[in-house]
Amino acid sequence: MIVWVGRTGHSSVDGPKLMSGIQVQFKQSGPIALAVELTCQAGEVLALVGPSGSGKTTILRAIAGLYQPLYGLINCQGEIWQDSSRQIALSAYQRAAGLVFQNYALFPHLTALENVQAALAHLPKALHASRARELLQRVHLDGLADRYPDALSGGQQQRVAMARALAREPKVLLLDEPFSAVDQVTRRRLYRELNELRRSLSMPIILVTHDLDEATLLADRLCILHKGCTLQSGTPLQVTSQPVSARVARLLDQQNLFNAQIIGHDDGQAVTWLNWRGQQLEARYQPDYLPGQKVSWMIDPANVLLHRRRWPSNGDRENPLFGFVAEYMALGPYVSLRIELDQPSGAALTMTLPSHAAQRNALALGERVSLSLLTQGIHLMPYDPPWNGKSESGEHSPNSES
Amino acid sequence: MDWQALGLSFKLSLVTAVILLPVGVLTGRWLAYSAVKAKVLIQALLTLPLVLPPTVLGYYLLLLLGGNSAFGKLLTHIFGQPLVFSFPALVLASLLFNLPFAIQPIQRAFEAIPRDIREAAACCGMSPLTVLRRIELPLAWTGIAVALVMTFAHTLGEFGVVLMVGGNIPGETKTIAIAIYDRVQAFDNDAASVMSAFLLVISLLMIACTYFVSDRLGRSYRS
Repeated sequence: MIVWVGRTGHSSVDGPKLMSGIQVQFKQSGPIALAVELTCQAGEVLALVGPSGSGKTTILRAIAGLYQPLYGLINCQGEIWQDSSRQIALSAYQRAAGLVFQNYALFPHLTALENVQAALAHLPKALHASRARELLQRVHLDGLADRYPDALSGGQQQRVAMARALAREPKVLLLDEPFSAVDQVTRRRLYRELNELRRSLSMPIILVTHDLDEATLLADRLCILHKGCTLQSGTPLQVTSQPVSARVARLLDQQNLFNAQIIGHDDGQAVTWLNWRGQQLEARYQPDYLPGQKVSWMIDPANVLLHRRRWPSNGDRENPLFGFVAEYMALGPYVSLRIELDQPSGAALTMTLPSHAAQRNALALGERVSLSLLTQGIHLMPYDPPWNGKSESGEHSPNSES
Repeated sequence: MDWQALGLSFKLSLVTAVILLPVGVLTGRWLAYSAVKAKVLIQALLTLPLVLPPTVLGYYLLLLLGGNSAFGKLLTHIFGQPLVFSFPALVLASLLFNLPFAIQPIQRAFEAIPRDIREAAACCGMSPLTVLRRIELPLAWTGIAVALVMTFAHTLGEFGVVLMVGGNIPGETKTIAIAIYDRVQAFDNDAASVMSAFLLVISLLMIACTYFVSDRLGRSYRS
């Protein structure tokens, strides 16, 4: 049982207990536009994903208390850290938030051990050294306790920063692109360590990253941000396979994004029929869209299946399309192909398959292929009108029709 | 060698340095971290003594402290005598004239502390005073040391302002720089050369000291 000695107990204003998680709401029109609403439960990792300038770091800093949006509400495990309607705004040092900075921000004049000790003011002095050593051990840094930050590698510095953030026994752990400054090998090791660590942590963890793969790997839920607005929150699978809008799909670098028109719905078979520039497609049943309505649609490359040349299967009848290989990119264990279709003309689909499958099917540039779009993989979104003369991903012709 | 004059110079330098230390730290830190619009003007005002002829500053101080001004009359009332041509007048002139030397190195030193380190300190639960004590001062101490030494050295060599505001009163306002001038006027080159050489060596040592401090010791904290 840790006794928090000497802390200014500003948690006296009670908020509703939120299942020991954090709830955040920010609203501001300028100088940095914000329209954020997010929650993260204890033990859960939430990744804030978005391009640079989307406000992810600002949001993290605002949660930590380093920035104060005009309207904000932060309820962390029952403690109200900010509530503009009641003029409550705790300073950063009064909030129990552990923040790992992008460049770690270790105190250069203190050793690793002393850096961690700096966050232990809430414990009696006699316990500082032992507790700090314990924390360094937890992040696999025992033996380096007496080194100064300039004698530590990037990965080691990151671990010290993590230990220091945890030393404060924070109610929320905030990570600001913590892996962006290290090399690939170190990064993979740190991912594994973070996964190990989070199993023993009982606080919400919010991670900011611009790397979608990193977010998918580490997070339980993603929150997609664009220009300070939270566009969609959900599990990585939900967000990537069912983006709520074409903009989210584009932010997630979805390659197969097109426009079409609803022909109608088949309630019996539970499918929706689309007219994709003359090509009829059978999509997942989404009756909210009306016949005749324009929609945008996408399909994840993983849901585009190649027809096997030697052994055709029944699945080949699902949304069959024909074309040739326009681009062939070998990416280690798998291959990414761009197929230019015969119908609709000029449209191109991106698909991926394992390298061995590509070899077995003798795929190469220019080869003709036939493929299927999985019905359940076709996801509809509100119509996003063309801009800059490009209507669909994969098309650069000026005269595009949707 | 006029030991009385030397002693007076050291006394003046010490008093100035000691009084300007907290002023330099507080002002330097404020200037480093504030974004007030008037900052440009304030910095210009504080840098003025660097370019102003000492006689100009001396002149305005004479006006201010002389028996004719309201402030001068107040001071005469407090100290029992007019302030001009007295040691306190020298101190006042010295304080004003050394402001840029006391403030700027400290301001640069605080500015050199990366912002995210100060923010990290706040996120570690340190109150602003604790951040100053445990993080900022240790990282800025070389700038503070440089400011101290520079102020001391500069005061030691002050001439123009001292002459105008202090006069040449032995034991009261006759600093070593004044003494040298005095001896040269009296064609006493022997005395002048001894005192000049002494001042040269001392000043050189002090400047070398500041470079040593800022270069070798300061480097350890620049990652």
